[in-house]
Amino acid sequence: MSPPGRPRTSLSWSTRSGRALIVQGALLALLAVGALALWRNVEGALAARQIRSGFGFITEPAGFDIGEGPVPYTPRDSYLLAFAAGVANTLRVSLLGVVLATLLGTLIGVGRLSRNLLVRAGCTAYVEVLRNIPLIILLFGIYLVLTELLPDAMEPVVLGGAYLSKGGLQVPLPSWDHGWALERPEMGPFGVSGGLSLTPEFLALLLGLTLSTAASIAEIVRSGVLAVPNGQTEAAAALGLTPRQGTRLVLLPQALRIIVPPMTSQFLNLTKNSSLAVAIGYPDVVSIANTAINQNGQALECILVIMAVYLSINLVTALLMNLYGRRVALVER
Amino acid sequence: MGATVPPTDAPTAAGAAGADLGRPPPPRVSGPLAWARRHLFAGPGSTVATVIALALLAVALPPLARWGLLDAVWRADYQACRDLDHHAACWGMVAEKHRLILFGRYPYQAQWRPLVATLLVVLMLLVSGHPRAWRPWLLGGWAAALGGFVLLMRGGLLGMAPVGTESWGGLPLTVLLTLVAVGASIPIGIALALARRSGLPLVRAGATLLIELTRGVPLITVLFVATFVFPLVLPQAIQTDALGRILLALTLFQSAYMAEVVRGGLQALPRGQQEAAASLGLGWWQTQRKVILPQALVLVIPSFVNSLLSTFMDTSLVTVVSMYDLTGALRLALGDPQWRNFFLEGYLFVGAVYLLSCLAMSRYAAWLEGHLGRWARRETTRA
Repeated sequence: MSPPGRPRTSLSWSTRSGRALIVQGALLALLAVGALALWRNVEGALAARQIRSGFGFITEPAGFDIGEGPVPYTPRDSYLLAFAAGVANTLRVSLLGVVLATLLGTLIGVGRLSRNLLVRAGCTAYVEVLRNIPLIILLFGIYLVLTELLPDAMEPVVLGGAYLSKGGLQVPLPSWDHGWALERPEMGPFGVSGGLSLTPEFLALLLGLTLSTAASIAEIVRSGVLAVPNGQTEAAAALGLTPRQGTRLVLLPQALRIIVPPMTSQFLNLTKNSSLAVAIGYPDVVSIANTAINQNGQALECILVIMAVYLSINLVTALLMNLYGRRVALVER
Repeated sequence: MGATVPPTDAPTAAGAAGADLGRPPPPRVSGPLAWARRHLFAGPGSTVATVIALALLAVALPPLARWGLLDAVWRADYQACRDLDHHAACWGMVAEKHRLILFGRYPYQAQWRPLVATLLVVLMLLVSGHPRAWRPWLLGGWAAALGGFVLLMRGGLLGMAPVGTESWGGLPLTVLLTLVAVGASIPIGIALALARRSGLPLVRAGATLLIELTRGVPLITVLFVATFVFPLVLPQAIQTDALGRILLALTLFQSAYMAEVVRGGLQALPRGQQEAAASLGLGWWQTQRKVILPQALVLVIPSFVNSLLSTFMDTSLVTVVSMYDLTGALRLALGDPQWRNFFLEGYLFVGAVYLLSCLAMSRYAAWLEGHLGRWARRETTRA
């Protein structure tokens, strides 16, 4: 019995709420049956291939080597640490890429608004070319140039204090040792040592991600600036602000508000695109998972790890950008 | 300034020209000089930029022209290419390997079949480009074109030798992956978008979860799922080959993005449309089919073209899971140790194929965006 005054919900096709209930119930049942059927398939297939299931493997020694990364890892360490090393590598290349792409993209976006024809044409050409070539072509191309056309590791090109060769890039690294000092890479009998050493895989991925994301960011910056009505700049001039002040105090704060949301999705895109590392052998989390799958066959679990990592990165980024978005948001009366 | 008349040494001339003789002429606003001043030398900063840009061009262009055009080898002559020692481009690499790059491992003698098949669907794509062709017969046309494509590629009929999907490759594979993924994702995307705006909480939550999960992970993950997980999950009855699995995965991935595209169109419609339909007594299905979708879908047609463009580029990722699409076929061609040295030429060639196709598509999308509004209005008044 339902209390009087409230429409009675019943499992009847003739009322709106009843239909809603039936449809959703049927959907739920269908999903449950489907999931059950798929799971039975999986169990059968795993048994037939003698693959175990579950995350028990995660604490066992991984057994494969990882080329580079900030996490100290040896093949005798667990899968968990291997995945952690992969995540660290993903974050390393993504964070650096986001910073560089933002700088380059802003420069090019502003360049597309320049009064100078040549600057404008150059920046437009950059955007059109980079946005219309697949990232993976760019990555393979850069990687091959770095590893095939550069001089051998024993006779590197010297750029300032840095050494560039087939073996990668060695740059001076500031270090703390009784006061700040610059640890410079040096040419020894066995090649260059010391300083910060960047592998060709890392360089190619960073360069590819930066160049291609910068083109998208340039478009966002350009349209953000164009979206601020002309009247705003004119009003700033009418108030007696100099052009520089007008840009800094009136134009940029308004453009920034338009730019932030699409910029966030570009940052996430860059992070997701860093998974192309697997194509050139940079050990990011996807490459590590790929290696793990080839080794123990537990594809389901390894792919779940990748998904969990990317979804967490998405959530954290969205959270941070929302906080920032709230700061630059319009405060209305 | 105009008032100061110069000392009259030659009074006759001054008198004839009038009192304004001392004023300088106004700056020209037309002609090449004025154009250059406005676009190249508008101020000190602009002048410096122009000088730097011109200097860069002067330094970079001649060596580039020598490398790419003047000194380049165009014949498929390995010895001549090796003698260049990378001082000029060896387009001979492309001349030698273009069949492998464009058609992958498809049997050499039968490569006219992928060529005709690709031309068939590209022709269909061009026909579909004009709003005037957007009639029901177009769907039939596409069904016939795709059927013909598969028939030509697969063979086994009309005296054509059968060719398994594992040998399909190059540009035809890229085109097939793109068209099927985008085409199949449009209906699924519409369904997901409607589900995401549904009044039923369970349906809404399910659609939202599916869309956001898919959009949150990289495409590679989805391709891994297709390669490693589909064989475990799918029942024996609907097990397909690698191509089928990849197509399924690309379609599902693209559907999530398509759903957001369609949702954008749905949100762009004023609420009044829905309310008007409700006041006319239309039910939910009738409202969507007769009022909401026809208007929303026309709004997002340019976005469909952009999805086609981004999917065309995204399909290059299938090379990671051992498919030989245009990108993968190039890597196949570079497997030849003799020609491997000329990878740069190969990548420039394939990059140019992608670049030109994508530029054409994005120009078309921009044209459509400009003309669609006008066209849609005219259609409605005519109807």
